[in-house]
Amino acid sequence: MPDRHQTKSKYTTDRRIPGAFEGETVTRRRFMTASAHTYGGVATMMFVLPSLAFALGPIFEEQDQPWQDVGAADEFDEKSYIPKTITIASGVGEAGKSTVYMRRFDPKIDKEPKDEYNDFIAVSTRCMHLGCPVRYVPAAERFICPCHGGVYNFRGEVDGGPPVRPLDRFYTRVRGGRVEVGPRFSVNREIKRFSPRDPGQALDGIGQYLYPARPSIRKLPNT
Amino acid sequence: MPKLKLPAPPLPDRLNPRPKRPGSTKTKPLAEAGISAIDWVDERTSLSQGARWMMFRKIPKGTNWFYTLGSATLFAFLSQTVTGVFLAMYYRPDAAGGAYESVRYITNEVFLGEFVRGMHKWGSSVMVILIFLHMARTFFFGAYKYPRELNWVIGVALLVLTMAMSFTGYLLPFDQRSYWATIVGVNINGTGPFVGPYLSDFLRAGPEFGATTLARFYAIHMLLIPGILAALIGAHLYLVAKLGTTAPPWIKADDPVQKEEKA
Ligand code: HEM
Ligand code: FES
Repeated sequence: MPDRHQTKSKYTTDRRIPGAFEGETVTRRRFMTASAHTYGGVATMMFVLPSLAFALGPIFEEQDQPWQDVGAADEFDEKSYIPKTITIASGVGEAGKSTVYMRRFDPKIDKEPKDEYNDFIAVSTRCMHLGCPVRYVPAAERFICPCHGGVYNFRGEVDGGPPVRPLDRFYTRVRGGRVEVGPRFSVNREIKRFSPRDPGQALDGIGQYLYPARPSIRKLPNT
Repeated sequence: MPKLKLPAPPLPDRLNPRPKRPGSTKTKPLAEAGISAIDWVDERTSLSQGARWMMFRKIPKGTNWFYTLGSATLFAFLSQTVTGVFLAMYYRPDAAGGAYESVRYITNEVFLGEFVRGMHKWGSSVMVILIFLHMARTFFFGAYKYPRELNWVIGVALLVLTMAMSFTGYLLPFDQRSYWATIVGVNINGTGPFVGPYLSDFLRAGPEFGATTLARFYAIHMLLIPGILAALIGAHLYLVAKLGTTAPPWIKADDPVQKEEKA
């Protein structure tokens, strides 16, 4: 019996394949098989890759966060919050609206550095546990979440419950006596500004590296 | 003369049709027509071979009611498929209010709408309960062992996909409960380190719950996952038929020596 594992010459002429010519190493059968598989692969990728990119596109596309007028500057004081409605997603009517709580910067309690974007403090109602809408309760001077018992103090820092960081905020500015609310940012325990993160993503310690900032929403440098 | 011949059901003698007497060759024309139509297809496809392979399998001694849990899950899936297809005839995935309105319309105005929606809504819970019971059956009977490990693995994929169906379907009524439950669910996905933030952006189609989030969930719920589920259920059943089912663990294999002594 011939040894079936005997190494054959790589030249088709040596192997006496009909129609072989000098120097040829790839048989026609192998060539046809490989090209059929290649065409099949290319044709499949032609619809798979664009579809995948189409579905994944929004991850890489930065979404606009326009400045929105929320009222006259003298409407707000340091003592308490006033709820205002802004649009955080366009084209979906009521479902795209969100509440922000507004007050004036108070040097007695607000220890974060003062700049042109925090004459007014705009606190997001998005709970930093898993995103339910918190409500400011004036009698308790606290933000309270209806879902799993998250409680935040007057500055939006965690007082109790499962939330992992203080409530998000928005940039504010004053234009012609009117207060405008701009892009969202997240804060860590020291109320230091970070690129916006989703709820449940801690920002203290290694948190900011475990949960990288996303290209889909405006990044602050180095955060 | 029809060629198709199925094994006779095990009926008591008096219920079995009497054997034909010589000379009375007449068969009912209607039955004849049906059988020859089936024959026509079978001659060109050999489908009856497959049907026989699937249906007339040997099953082990001790097979009991717990073995019906897989088929029960299958019927829950079929019921979800059929009711879901018909719900899609009235449902509108419009986050600006149309989705909620269309579900309200199905529930309050469409003839039997509340019933079909109820079937789908309650059926989803039934399917999840049944899939867990079926999984428990295969676990406690040791049916995941060699050579059925792959069927267990396919089963795990079916379980995860069924959960994904529940998650994506929950958003569709677009009322307060489904909206906030989905926000919470997406944010739970976001707490996975490194990939979490991108995963939740993928689910929402952006950093905020927006205009295309509902459309995305709807497409995943009614096209993507059901297709994969159906294909995997096919593979699951193929393996069940190919490998046969396991006997319950308390059934001992017949000892040929002992058997001979008894005889
Ligand atoms: C869509 C969901 C599912 C459907 C429609 C389904 C259907 C079935 C059916 C009809 C059988 C035949 C035997 C029986 O009913 O017990 C079966 C067997 C089996 N299933 Fe599933 N199943 C599903 C999910 C699962 C899950 C989640 C697991 C486990 C993780 C699983 C593991 C198995 C195994 C190991 C067998 C073989 C049992 C044996 O050989 O005795 N299946 N499945
Ligand atoms: S979402 Fe606020 S406590 Fe869980």
